[in-house]
Amino acid sequence: MSDILLSIQGLTKAYPGVVANDTVSFDIGVGEVHALLGENGAGKSTLVKMIYGLVKPDSGQMLLRGQPFAPPEPRAARADGIAMVFQHFSLFDALSVAENIALGMEDPPPMRDLSRRIREVSETYGLPLDPYRTVGDLSAGERQRVEIIRCLLQYPRLLIMDEPTSVLTPQEVDILFQTLQKLQSEGTSILYISHKLEEIRKLCDTATILRLGQNVGTCVPAETTARDMAEMMVGTSLQTPERSGRALGDVALDISGLSVPSPSAFGTSLKKVHLTVRKGEILGIGGVAGNGQDELLGVLSGEISTPSDAVMLAGAPVGRLGPTARRKLGLLAAPEERLGHAAAPDMSLTENALLTGAVREKLENRGFLRWGAAQGFAERIIEAFDVRTPGPANAARSLSGGNLQKFVIGREVLQDPEVLVVNQPTWGVDAAAAAAIRQALLDLAAKGAAVICISQDLDELMEISDSFAALNEGRLSAHKDTAGLTVDEIGLMMGGAHGMEVAHV
Amino acid sequence: MDLSAINPVLLIASLMVAATPLLLAAIGELVVEKAGVLNLGVEGMMIVGAISGFAISVETGSPYLGFLCAAIGGAVLSLLFVILTQYALANQVASGLALTLFGLGISSLMGQSYVGIKPPATGEIWLPILSDLPVIGPIFFQHDPILYFGIALVAAVWVLLKYSRFGLILRAVGENHDAAHALGYKVVRVRTLAILFGGACAGLGGAYISLIRVPQWTEGMTAGVGWIALALVVFASWKPWRALIGAYLFGGITVLQLNLQAAGVAIPVEYLAMSPYLITILVLVILSADKSSAPAALGRIFHASN
Repeated sequence: MSDILLSIQGLTKAYPGVVANDTVSFDIGVGEVHALLGENGAGKSTLVKMIYGLVKPDSGQMLLRGQPFAPPEPRAARADGIAMVFQHFSLFDALSVAENIALGMEDPPPMRDLSRRIREVSETYGLPLDPYRTVGDLSAGERQRVEIIRCLLQYPRLLIMDEPTSVLTPQEVDILFQTLQKLQSEGTSILYISHKLEEIRKLCDTATILRLGQNVGTCVPAETTARDMAEMMVGTSLQTPERSGRALGDVALDISGLSVPSPSAFGTSLKKVHLTVRKGEILGIGGVAGNGQDELLGVLSGEISTPSDAVMLAGAPVGRLGPTARRKLGLLAAPEERLGHAAAPDMSLTENALLTGAVREKLENRGFLRWGAAQGFAERIIEAFDVRTPGPANAARSLSGGNLQKFVIGREVLQDPEVLVVNQPTWGVDAAAAAAIRQALLDLAAKGAAVICISQDLDELMEISDSFAALNEGRLSAHKDTAGLTVDEIGLMMGGAHGMEVAHV
Repeated sequence: MDLSAINPVLLIASLMVAATPLLLAAIGELVVEKAGVLNLGVEGMMIVGAISGFAISVETGSPYLGFLCAAIGGAVLSLLFVILTQYALANQVASGLALTLFGLGISSLMGQSYVGIKPPATGEIWLPILSDLPVIGPIFFQHDPILYFGIALVAAVWVLLKYSRFGLILRAVGENHDAAHALGYKVVRVRTLAILFGGACAGLGGAYISLIRVPQWTEGMTAGVGWIALALVVFASWKPWRALIGAYLFGGITVLQLNLQAAGVAIPVEYLAMSPYLITILVLVILSADKSSAPAALGRIFHASN
């Protein structure tokens, strides 16, 4: 590993109001798996965009095998052997696998030859794919395979992967890691961006840690604890959420054998879902996105109407009630999509506080709004959840993702719910804020509320929940106690590796 | 009522003429929408093409030079739409509507001195043997070259979209402009070319009305054909051949109902006049029942920083 493939020297990139990268330097060796770690907004994405030619650095230089390297556009970077798998898949749903791959190549062969090569390469690396399928019909894991194969067909010297595992089941992660290790053994370097520390410890040779755009340290992940790395990322010591022993009370919410068709054409219908949560219990619901999470939240929050006795809140049927009526009874929900679903982007925080808090916080009086009380409520949320904003009059859109998430969760927690349903409570939130949100959920449960936490972050679910169930293609698995649950068991509950069974036939 | 006055051969021959302006405008807009842009200015670009083509062919005496300038005129007007939506990032619906209103206005200004003039005739092709055939000759082989150009254009667009590299990039841009940008494709450039092509086609369609179909110039003479073209693209599920079928269906029923009116059929004229719209929409709705697939980025503003 003495050879250096890419040397990054003092790269700086500033956007109005923020320095995304501040004189960042590090080297990537030939055949090295190099991790790039950091919080949201630490500048990881900007850095890789500069390497890939999407963004031009303000100053500093890069050396590729000792030669100055300044790609003016991605085409040039690809020509020099840099390939990138994007965080948000850069695929075209309506096009076929082969067409998608052709789009990512400089000089694609005719479709028939390309399809044959896709088959060959995909089988060599254990990532089976049918080149004629439409990408819109593929699972998240299969879509990622499309991206990886698109890169592999160009024999890259450096493969950049931006948070590749966030949408995969544990089994799919294993397959991905085997592929990456095979690539590494062939001499391909990999720049691996993630904030999942355990993965990095398993896979990567070196890690560079960014904080607020600066390189704050390099470490060998296998010899560093996850906690130390997290603290380097955050810059302060982390507080692990504390679980206090608590007794479970009566059944707070019960769904038995509910089947609901999805309201959207590409959604997943719920099939015979059984769900029970008791007072003081946190039920974690895992599963890969798009397996019925949105529909389940809709059924619980009241956005999707069901037969009256299908959803029982403390023994009373609420299936036909809408969200406002359910709020009155103490069943609150915070959906996943912050801008547009959980909060109205262009309305102020006060107005957003009113939108869900009006009933329980008595912010309206015979149809007229009590602005003073609403502002007070918004200020309490900002205070209690450390939401960083100049004040409640600011638009929800102006908050960063993590801050808005704290506001959205705080708004529901402060209304003293009997049952709280949250979907992806810490999605896109940095480690410190995520810990605060998890602590708030634990405290809420300790006070006797039932909490249903839908999340794709398994570590999070293991950390806070008392029992665990997984959604797979609209079916909810049986609930199991979190204590003693292994990753393999969880993976099987989530449906294993999607599509792999088909591949071996 | 005298249905025997309707000559089926002439009817079919004239439906192709009636359909061509619609077909030209629709195939242009189809390409624009495949690139993810919704240009509601088709009507405006058509009428500007109609007067540009009319004026130039009257001045020069050459209808073909007129058609060329009509295409240029439509494209120049669409350039305004390019500046508004691709560079100033204005809303596409509002910009398109403004383009139509602007086109209607400027065309009547340009056409003030051309009212009541007859344009030079566009010759018809004459193929030995083929054009002399009974029935088939008048239907298929006695038209003007622009009509054949329109059909060839449909075939060309189909091949381009389905089999060519550029067509793939264009579809990709219309499907997901952020991903196309991330792969290094020039989203704005592709869309600009598509919009200019759409403008040129609309201009040709307009000139076909003023130079061949009607042939004369009156204000607002495109009379909503641009709007029908827009609807046709949607109901044709963004497929070129379906747009051709839809355009011929519309043209056919338009010609038929005119013939029926002339023959004095005992159906109120208003019902006959609305029948082409109704039947075309009905048939295309049934056709598009399979999987109508709008380009996913249709009408969305692209900015590289997002």
